[in-house]
Amino acid sequence: PAITILSYFIFFQQRIEIHKLRQGDNLILGFSIGGGIDQDPTQNPFSEDKTDKGIYVTRVTEGGPAEVAGLQIGDKIMQVNGWDMTMVTHDQARKRLTKRNEEVVRLLVTRQSLQKAVQQSMMS
Amino acid sequence: KIESLKVTVDFLKVPLGLKKPPLKEALAAVPGPGRPKLLGVERHKPRRSDTMDNESQYSGYSYKSGHSRSSRKHRDRRDRHRSKSRDGSRGDKSVTIQAPGEPLLDNESTRGDERDDNWGETTTVVTGTSEHSISHDDITRITKDMEDSAHLDCSRHLGVSLAGALALLAFLTPLAFMLLPQLLWREELEPCGTPCEGLFISVAFKLLILLLGSWALFFRRPKAFFPRVFVFRALLMVLVFLLVVSYWLFYGVRILDSRDRNYQGVVQYAVSLVDALLFVHYLAVVLLELRQLQPQFTLKAVRSADGASRFYNVGHLSIQRAAVWILENYYHDFPVYNPALLNLPKSVLSKKMSGFKVYSLGEENTTNNSTGQSRAVIAAAARRRDNSHNEYYYEEAEHERRVRKRRARLVVAVEEAFTHIKRLQEEDQKNPREIMDPREAAQAIFASMARAMQKYLRTTKQQPYHTMESILQHLEFCITHDMTPKVRRGHGKRYLTAGPTIQYHKDRWLAKQWTLVSEEPVTNGLKDGVVFVLKRQDFSLVVSTKKIPFFKLSEEFVDPKSHKFVMRLQSETSV
Repeated sequence: PAITILSYFIFFQQRIEIHKLRQGDNLILGFSIGGGIDQDPTQNPFSEDKTDKGIYVTRVTEGGPAEVAGLQIGDKIMQVNGWDMTMVTHDQARKRLTKRNEEVVRLLVTRQSLQKAVQQSMMS
Repeated sequence: KIESLKVTVDFLKVPLGLKKPPLKEALAAVPGPGRPKLLGVERHKPRRSDTMDNESQYSGYSYKSGHSRSSRKHRDRRDRHRSKSRDGSRGDKSVTIQAPGEPLLDNESTRGDERDDNWGETTTVVTGTSEHSISHDDITRITKDMEDSAHLDCSRHLGVSLAGALALLAFLTPLAFMLLPQLLWREELEPCGTPCEGLFISVAFKLLILLLGSWALFFRRPKAFFPRVFVFRALLMVLVFLLVVSYWLFYGVRILDSRDRNYQGVVQYAVSLVDALLFVHYLAVVLLELRQLQPQFTLKAVRSADGASRFYNVGHLSIQRAAVWILENYYHDFPVYNPALLNLPKSVLSKKMSGFKVYSLGEENTTNNSTGQSRAVIAAAARRRDNSHNEYYYEEAEHERRVRKRRARLVVAVEEAFTHIKRLQEEDQKNPREIMDPREAAQAIFASMARAMQKYLRTTKQQPYHTMESILQHLEFCITHDMTPKVRRGHGKRYLTAGPTIQYHKDRWLAKQWTLVSEEPVTNGLKDGVVFVLKRQDFSLVVSTKKIPFFKLSEEFVDPKSHKFVMRLQSETSV
């Protein structure tokens, strides 16, 4: 019973390490983000809670570094290299992801399918 | 054999059978434009403008006005007798409301002229059950009313005389209180200086105010004859009676018996009675007038014949007063009841009239399965592929077109007619032209638009309502007041649309006999869901009550500085 209670408070997360790809002068990651505290959260098709202003992955380019690393569409990015992404503006998120001196970004993401899987396994 | 077994179901014809002969008659009387079958072909005889030919068109539609006055009188007598017999019994639900014929400020002089056998309709009735039973003043007027309507019930006489007597008693009592000691034991009284005089003046003015207030409040001609006693009025009368009796009681015991010497005390006693009467008057104002001003209920009045409906807001009223209120508003809100417009055109109905014939083979007793047969026929008729809606639609469209065409002609004719006359100017007086008064002017221009008007009225089936006389009068009115043809067209709306009932000539449409049918006793107050019906001979008004809902208004303060806006963004950035 204690474990079940705790489980509701723990977000099951996945760590994804993306190695940026160099394309000309840019380092690209191969996905698109949406969301932010300055954005309209009700337009987010991926969030369960429509007041969630976090950063979500809206597109993953095929064959890009993000897909290779295991990032999926609809993931919510919680941290980037240790920086929190749950309470940032859209532009801040973009900046944190596209720092020129970083070649690798380590993301902490959460996924609805992950959570559901965990819940199901706990129930069974 | 089959003939004997055949059961012809005529039930489809039965409700329409009542209408058929009048329709036929009327259609025979009305030439060309009236017939729905002759689309666009006009076959009417040329008419002289001064015969509006009302009589021939009455046969079908206005069986009401076609009746002679005597038959109406008989009907009213019957109604009156019925209402008389009903008045006595309790628990009886259907009562008659009669409105007086005269306007409110009529004087008695004209009543003698109108007093013929239709006394039931035209007499003003002031009764104990009427609206204003307490009158402090001018009893002579009431007694004159009573003399005129000498046939009235003894109960009504009793009621009004009781109320009048009580009022008079209440009015004279303070004066009596003050005068009796003076008359009876004047020598023993203590002299009473300025306080008494002050009290005398105050009594005089208070009585005057009471008089004026009672005159304003109670002494009005009743709008209607109500079938039952008013609860509040009876209550007030009882209150006044008790008040006066108790005052007399104390007066008799304390003052008359013991011959009190303190005159000032007696005068103060009388003043207190006057104060109490003023407060009773205040109570009367509140109970009888103010309580029904604040709207509490919404009444929906629907006319059964053609579905015209209106909504009214009223306060706390009893059912009978609500009925009178509705009737007062009915006459200026509802378009006039035109039975001619209600029937479907004959061509549409003719298909329906050829109903099904039901043969019952091998059965002698047809009575017990007649309902089964009727149901079968109805079901079959419903299932049959029926194009009468088509007919109806095209008929309506054609009628609409015809009406519009006639209206256009009428409007043009009116405009043209009005260009023929103009007001007499100063310089015209020098020229020898024929000078006419409004009546002649109206007659002069009427001729040029008579035909167009006649045809229009016939198309819209309004011709029973507008005699030539009334049209001429209206023209005269417009000419006298310099109404331009445009306004005239607006007034011509009077003819173009069916106006409210009250603008038509009184004789014809202001019949005042209505019957109130209600499941609850009519002195009950209105409550949510009460339904009552006001009946006339050919249609009825169904009135239903709904309580105005309780509104919960909540306040919300909006800081003017809080009106700030941002753009809605949903950017997607690729990284």
